Amino acid sequence: MAEPLLRCEGLTVDYGAGEGLQRAVEDLSFHIDRGEAFGLVGESGCGKSTVALAIMRYLGSGGSVSAGMIRFQGTDLASLTPSQLRRLRGAEIAMVYQDPLSSLNPVMTVGRQLMEVPLLHRTRDRRQARELALGALAEVELADPESMLGRYPHQLSGGQQQRVVIAMALIAEPSLLIMDEPTTGLDVTVEAAVLALVDRLRRRHGTAVLFISHNLGAVGRLCDRVGVLYAGRLVEEGPLRQVFDNPRHPYTRGLLACLPSVDRDRRSRRLVPIGGALSEASRLAVGCAFADRCRHAVDGLCTGQPILLEPVTDESGHSVRCVLSDRLPDFRWPAEDASPLTEGIAAEPVLTAIGLGKRYDLPRPAGGRSSITALQGVDLQLERGRTLAIVGESGSGKSTFARIVLGLTVATEGEVDFHGANIARLSIGRRSRDLRQRLQMIFQNPDSTLNPSHSVGYALERAVSRLHGVRRSGRRAAVARLLQLVQLPAALAERMPDELSGGQRQRVAIARALAAAPEIVVADEPVSALDVSVQAAVVNLLQDLQAEQALSLIFISHDIALVRYMADQVALFYRGHVVEAGPADAVFAPPYHPYTRMLLASVPDPFARSTAAGPREAGTVSSQEGGRGCPFAARCAWRVDGLCSEVDPPTLEPSDGHRIACHLGLQELPRDIAST
Amino acid sequence: MTDIADIAPLAPATPARGGRRLRLTRAGWVGVAIIAFWTSMALLAPVLPLPAPNASDLAALANPLPSAAHWLGVDLSGRDILSRIIWGSRTVLTVAPIAVAGATVMGALLGLLAGYYRGAFDSVLSRISDVILSFPVIILYMIILTRFGASALNIVLVITVTKAPIIYRLVRAMTLELAGREYVAAAQMRGEGAAYIMLVEILPNARGPILVDVCLRLGYTTIAIGVLGFLGIGLPPPTPDWGGMVRETYGMISLYPHMAIIPCVAISTLVIGFNLLAVGLRRRTRRG
Repeated sequence: MAEPLLRCEGLTVDYGAGEGLQRAVEDLSFHIDRGEAFGLVGESGCGKSTVALAIMRYLGSGGSVSAGMIRFQGTDLASLTPSQLRRLRGAEIAMVYQDPLSSLNPVMTVGRQLMEVPLLHRTRDRRQARELALGALAEVELADPESMLGRYPHQLSGGQQQRVVIAMALIAEPSLLIMDEPTTGLDVTVEAAVLALVDRLRRRHGTAVLFISHNLGAVGRLCDRVGVLYAGRLVEEGPLRQVFDNPRHPYTRGLLACLPSVDRDRRSRRLVPIGGALSEASRLAVGCAFADRCRHAVDGLCTGQPILLEPVTDESGHSVRCVLSDRLPDFRWPAEDASPLTEGIAAEPVLTAIGLGKRYDLPRPAGGRSSITALQGVDLQLERGRTLAIVGESGSGKSTFARIVLGLTVATEGEVDFHGANIARLSIGRRSRDLRQRLQMIFQNPDSTLNPSHSVGYALERAVSRLHGVRRSGRRAAVARLLQLVQLPAALAERMPDELSGGQRQRVAIARALAAAPEIVVADEPVSALDVSVQAAVVNLLQDLQAEQALSLIFISHDIALVRYMADQVALFYRGHVVEAGPADAVFAPPYHPYTRMLLASVPDPFARSTAAGPREAGTVSSQEGGRGCPFAARCAWRVDGLCSEVDPPTLEPSDGHRIACHLGLQELPRDIAST
Repeated sequence: MTDIADIAPLAPATPARGGRRLRLTRAGWVGVAIIAFWTSMALLAPVLPLPAPNASDLAALANPLPSAAHWLGVDLSGRDILSRIIWGSRTVLTVAPIAVAGATVMGALLGLLAGYYRGAFDSVLSRISDVILSFPVIILYMIILTRFGASALNIVLVITVTKAPIIYRLVRAMTLELAGREYVAAAQMRGEGAAYIMLVEILPNARGPILVDVCLRLGYTTIAIGVLGFLGIGLPPPTPDWGGMVRETYGMISLYPHMAIIPCVAISTLVIGFNLLAVGLRRRTRRG
């Protein structure tokens, strides 16, 4: 058999030494053939980034490869001298990291950074290097490569920056491209475009890709084979479709079962979180590291003896590290255990936005003023006990809407009707306690949602006493009740936030928002910073609490699958405008607004059978200012020249309560989401 | 309906990582030891078997160098240097902490207000602090202390006013950043007052850098007090004062160097002690 491009054999990586020794990766073996895309998936802390660093020999002083070896094109990487290694990096193996800005030098133009690579690795003159740089920019499908050469990184959008980084990685024509979470932090449509680009490039140049991600959908889009890492060990490996369609390891099954999917909502399926958490003890255990979270685990069989990665019977190339895999029942989607719903409650509106707008005035250095429109003409309605999901890319105004509702900022036009009062211009300082108590918020970032100087108990006590006026004697009981509500042990009240996991902190934040039995809770990306298994548990908690307390929820998210799962009503924001709104079932079914269609086509869904390429990024958001016309016109494939960018689109009503703002007639609107 | 299984077990409490207990590097502990030494000297001065700091032993003037009777020798008036150093530490260790405490309280409060409210208030305060910081401090000391007299109170006041802008800038910058945190928005949404948000939500999270800066300010203030004494605008004689001791004896430095060098060493060790403590604290706070 021919030697694969990259082969890891029994790779073990440790950080620290002696008592502080931490095993990040243990006995990892896999290979990547020439031109193949291999996906490495796992949750945070599973060691996936360490693998990339070990291959590049970038582990630093803290980490070391303590066993095993990495062979690249037949050469043991550990045997290379520093100068041989330098030649290898960049020329043969290139790396793309998560944050493009940290890979780009802010004080150098894109052109100089691109030209550096050929100038360093091959003896080329400047003119040739410039030609190469131009070619690379054209290849990553950036418009107007000539002017791009002269730009600085901060003048580019996130998607453009990541394209430049990819161009830099590919310019020396490496045979292996390592990508560590390259699309995390990008908007879905941009992510889809970047993934499609990488896929085209690797097919054209025969570049092998090691794609590291927590996002199963993204891996599913790009990869031929996939490996699942848990606690530093490869628990399952094989061809993509075999692993995703017929997962043999309980952990892989768990990961798949806790994902929401675009074509399923909570009426048909409840997310199934993986119970427990990875503990340090099980990480060090001799047997299966997943045993204490696995419901199939058998004492003595799964623990106490080393468990090997063994081929799955009847499936070539598919192996699994589980002694029970042959005895496990076939993988089925979790039973039709629907989440509790609030449909018994009569649909009456609790909050109505009418023509809501927000403009920020910016003083101009040259004198005079200019303004940025963050929100314009937003009409929305939230019904009691229901979930209104707000979807949009970064900068679409979805957070501005939430902040106006909560009084953290005030609107410049329009109104928000709440029980007959207009609260659009009522800042938080001018709101009565009663009003504040009825509208609460769950924040996005688990690291800054709780004050690191205050214990969990103090944070909750304060919320209870300020919003509910609970007396000192009753506070302790109220805190215990709140913790119980979010399924946390009462002892947690003594802990400081830095002693909690991200999921636990987000639960405390939910408890804090619910301290005074609010009517409306605004959740701004409440789970986007959490691992999928934790995310599922927090989503379920939110759903249960909503059903129990008849909460009305404004759920802000960029995750379409999650929105599909959670929402009763959906509103799609694009550059401050609502382009489509209505009942979730109607919005996610044809006809679509062209933007909705683009979003749906971009969702990386591991359950999708085809690896159809996503839409190309048809232009990027232009900086045109508060002008007339359809906000989406610049990126729209159905654009009617001379109409869309000039005249405000009319509102179409394909069905009751379903609104689409578009110049296309009802019959002309896109109806399928297959690639164009 | 409860997914009991999804409750993650409590992460083990890790006191080693807990941010509440103060942990120092080795250098920091050396600083603590030096400061503790001087503090105990200052506290024990009345009970130590020392000659009175202002008593002249004219007989010793014949040979002012260190001897069995006067371990560090005597000065030009025949006063015991060891005794004056130890009694002099009381001056520094009272004036410096009080002045720095004053500067910290003033700087932190104004910094919180400016960083939280921003706007015109912030602009005015920031310009005032720029003016104070750009003015040569020594000249300011001389003008104020010669005009109003060199009492302990005036020294404290003048140091408070000149050091407060430094703390102000630090706290203002931290407040600007911390005021955007989500927990501050959460506090606003439960109707907390501005004072509560500034003092309970924001200030505790700025305490690490403030503490480091306070230690640095203590060191610089020790130097400032020495300079004032040396310029003759410190505490009026015959109060034992390290800077004043150098001033009285520096003319004799070629003949009897110990008279001027010993108080200089005292000043240096205390300054180094404060700086080591600051460095030790900084390492720890940066990591947390």
